[in-house]
Amino acid sequence: MSVILVFLLVVLGVAGWWLSHQRLMSKPWLEQGVPAAFPDTDVTGMPTAKIALGIFLAVVGALFALFASAYFMRMDYADWQATPLPSVLWLNTAILVMASIALQIAVAASRQGHGTTVRLALVTAALTTVAFLAGQLMAWRDLTADGYLLDGNPASSFFYLITGMHGLHIVAGIVGLARVSARSMRGSNDENTRLGIELCAMYWHFLLLIWLGVFVLLAGWANDFIAVCRQFLI
Amino acid sequence: MVDITPHADNTVPAAEVADVELYHPKSWWTTYVFSQDAKVIAIQYSGTAIAIGMVALVLSWLMRLQLGFPGTFDFITPEAYYQFITMHGMIMVIYLLTALFLGGFGNYLIPLMVGARDMVFPYANMLSYWIYLLAVLVLVVSFFAPGGPTGAGWTLYPPQAILSGTPGGQAWGIILMLVSLILFIIGFTMGGLNYVVTVLQGRARGMTLMRMPLTVWGIFTATVMALLAFPALFVACVMMLFDRLLGTSFFMPALVELGQQLEYGGGSPILFQHLFWFFGHPEVYIVALPAFGIVSDLISTHARKNIFGYRMMVWAIVIIGALSFVVWAHHMYVSGMHPWFGFFFATTTLIIAVPTALKVYNWVLTLWRGDIHLTLPMLFALAFIVTFVNGGLTGLFLGNVVVDVPLSDTMFVVAHFHMVMGVAPILVIFGAIYHWYPKITGRMLNEAMGQFHFWVTFLGAYAIFFPMHYVGLVGVPRRYPDISGTAFIPESVHTLNAFITIAALVVGFAQLVFLFNLFWSLKFGRDAGGNPWRATSLEWQTPTTPPPHGNWGDTLPVVYRWAYDYSVPGAPEDFIAQNDPGPRTAQAAGPA
Ligand code: HEM
Ligand SMILES: [Cu+2]
Repeated sequence: MSVILVFLLVVLGVAGWWLSHQRLMSKPWLEQGVPAAFPDTDVTGMPTAKIALGIFLAVVGALFALFASAYFMRMDYADWQATPLPSVLWLNTAILVMASIALQIAVAASRQGHGTTVRLALVTAALTTVAFLAGQLMAWRDLTADGYLLDGNPASSFFYLITGMHGLHIVAGIVGLARVSARSMRGSNDENTRLGIELCAMYWHFLLLIWLGVFVLLAGWANDFIAVCRQFLI
Repeated sequence: MVDITPHADNTVPAAEVADVELYHPKSWWTTYVFSQDAKVIAIQYSGTAIAIGMVALVLSWLMRLQLGFPGTFDFITPEAYYQFITMHGMIMVIYLLTALFLGGFGNYLIPLMVGARDMVFPYANMLSYWIYLLAVLVLVVSFFAPGGPTGAGWTLYPPQAILSGTPGGQAWGIILMLVSLILFIIGFTMGGLNYVVTVLQGRARGMTLMRMPLTVWGIFTATVMALLAFPALFVACVMMLFDRLLGTSFFMPALVELGQQLEYGGGSPILFQHLFWFFGHPEVYIVALPAFGIVSDLISTHARKNIFGYRMMVWAIVIIGALSFVVWAHHMYVSGMHPWFGFFFATTTLIIAVPTALKVYNWVLTLWRGDIHLTLPMLFALAFIVTFVNGGLTGLFLGNVVVDVPLSDTMFVVAHFHMVMGVAPILVIFGAIYHWYPKITGRMLNEAMGQFHFWVTFLGAYAIFFPMHYVGLVGVPRRYPDISGTAFIPESVHTLNAFITIAALVVGFAQLVFLFNLFWSLKFGRDAGGNPWRATSLEWQTPTTPPPHGNWGDTLPVVYRWAYDYSVPGAPEDFIAQNDPGPRTAQAAGPA
């Protein structure tokens, strides 16, 4: 469970940092009246949807950290045989990076009001993301063709399970992206649309991060590191 | 941050929030069924949870009938008994307690108590309920599926959970159970995001975090925990579903069943236990923390005294929440793990007792020399403290490896967890319903029926679960439908078992009285007015009762003080509402 514990430690750090700015030391029983400079209803000034997405991503992070924990724990058993990495994954990674970059460009362009660039970037992001999913399916096909089946060695079971779970999150993201793009295609660039694009970018960056983690995990590069961590954690 | 300039009379303008079209619902359907009003969603959540909870209650009668009078009821086969305990445990923990505290009380109280008009994402909130309902329906379907519901125990341990020897293992039962849990988690995540973000972003002007009622703190922290803990159950369920349906071997070791070698091999049941309890232990506090928060408010209000050590109470809630993620393996002392781990987890387990005990002291100190009104909510709160201390003490026993090993899987454990996470939170739920029912409906619950309900439930719960400790100490194992033929078990255990069963039936009957009261008082209850308990927190200050969608009429409340200004010396009344700008004390007002 070392991966999830480390992840929770990070969450705890963020939560602790935030709490430490919330006057936890105040003595409410001595106060009355409205505090002179008090964060108003919009408490942090950050858009509510962004905060919500941030928290949701923490949940998604916990989910994948748990999959990683399970992966490492299962790996200790004698029957484990590493699955070779289909080479198409490298290409997929590059494609997902491109999608992230495209969305970042969309964010910048929408801030400056370049409608055409925004639309172009959104379409690029959507296409590259779909290409990523197709690439993942190709990786699955390659593995199946080579005899690494879902019900075969646990290493390949985990491969399908974790990449599939990641893919599902990407699919959900595409639904959101489609809605924002539709608004943008209709020529809207109001605050809501801009926020929507920013949220998409945030989500994509995070899923890219998760993907990189998954990649490292499946490639086995983290094994030694985890072995060291496990000396200290469970 | 905004700087606010007060008016000359020391009041402050309310925050301006744009009017939302949603608050003016058009049709009957969007008002009562597909409502996005958190209060309606709260009632839907609570109604569904109580309905499915009644199923779990009936199952507990059947189990008790079997244990008290083994051999009398032919239809309770050992398989049926396993199905009963599994469904009873799972429903009580997840579909009743979690849903009721977070989906029910969370939805009703958070927006009102922090001074918001609604949750921040009403649509997702509505969706959350409907997915929860779907999860419950899938669970109900499993009762009628071929092979019946799963009988794997509420912990669903593999490998037995998906083998043919376990009821529902190779039939529909376990599949429907796992699907239902996955749905529940998805639905909860939608609601949970709402509760957390509403507390973060929806607070009224002046409502600093440290002015929030402890109820909100409890529900808020529990929700954060649930958001981080439920993924572990999700992962466990998905992987088990793969093992069951797709032939993977995540959890399944090589097995020979009825002389046949199964396809599985190499998997790790212990891995499942880690995942399950990584969720399972925080789950205990997911139902306990809201109970802690609510009980603090009940005690303070009905003892007309400010809560003792508010800051400590907040800190303790947060610390308990954080610590409860590093104690999970105390449920696995007998899983053959390394003794050092046992030592580590025993230590963390005992450390949690410190902030928990602190809370108990603070409740007692709040009561100390308070003006205690023995209203129904107060009675339930007091009963909670007693019961919780009782269950907590046996928890200290079980937290120690050497004590736990012989007691593991005996009725002592069953007695312990029923005290601490069964009876105690349920008592708080009852107290909370008696407390907030007047706000929800505008009427008081009937007092006579309430007194009957309280005394029978409280004394009855002790009659059920106190003797059970002894039954466990002499070694009666849990999850056994029939121990009558066992040599080492003395005759007195059988007598005690019959007694416990009768007590359980009586307690169950009292719950029917309570349910009747809920409906009866809707029509015939005494008119409550807006603030029958003369309480300080915002939900009691709404312009109309029951509050309409949007809660606050034209202007949002402004908060001038914390939620515990009771019996302030020199104040005209014995409570000062949170949105009351008036002078707090005679001194603050200056010499007249
Ligand atoms: C009238 C109240 C209740 C009665 C009479 C009752 C009775 C029982 C009985 C007889 C068992 C099975 C013991 C065994 O053979 O192992 C059991 C198990 C259990 N109960 Fe209750 N119960 C009640 C309320 C609750 C509540 C409120 C909860 C909520 C936490 C709860 C949670 C559980 C759990 C988690 C199990 C374990 C199931 C398993 O072993 O898989 N019960 N209960
Ligand atoms: Cu525990």
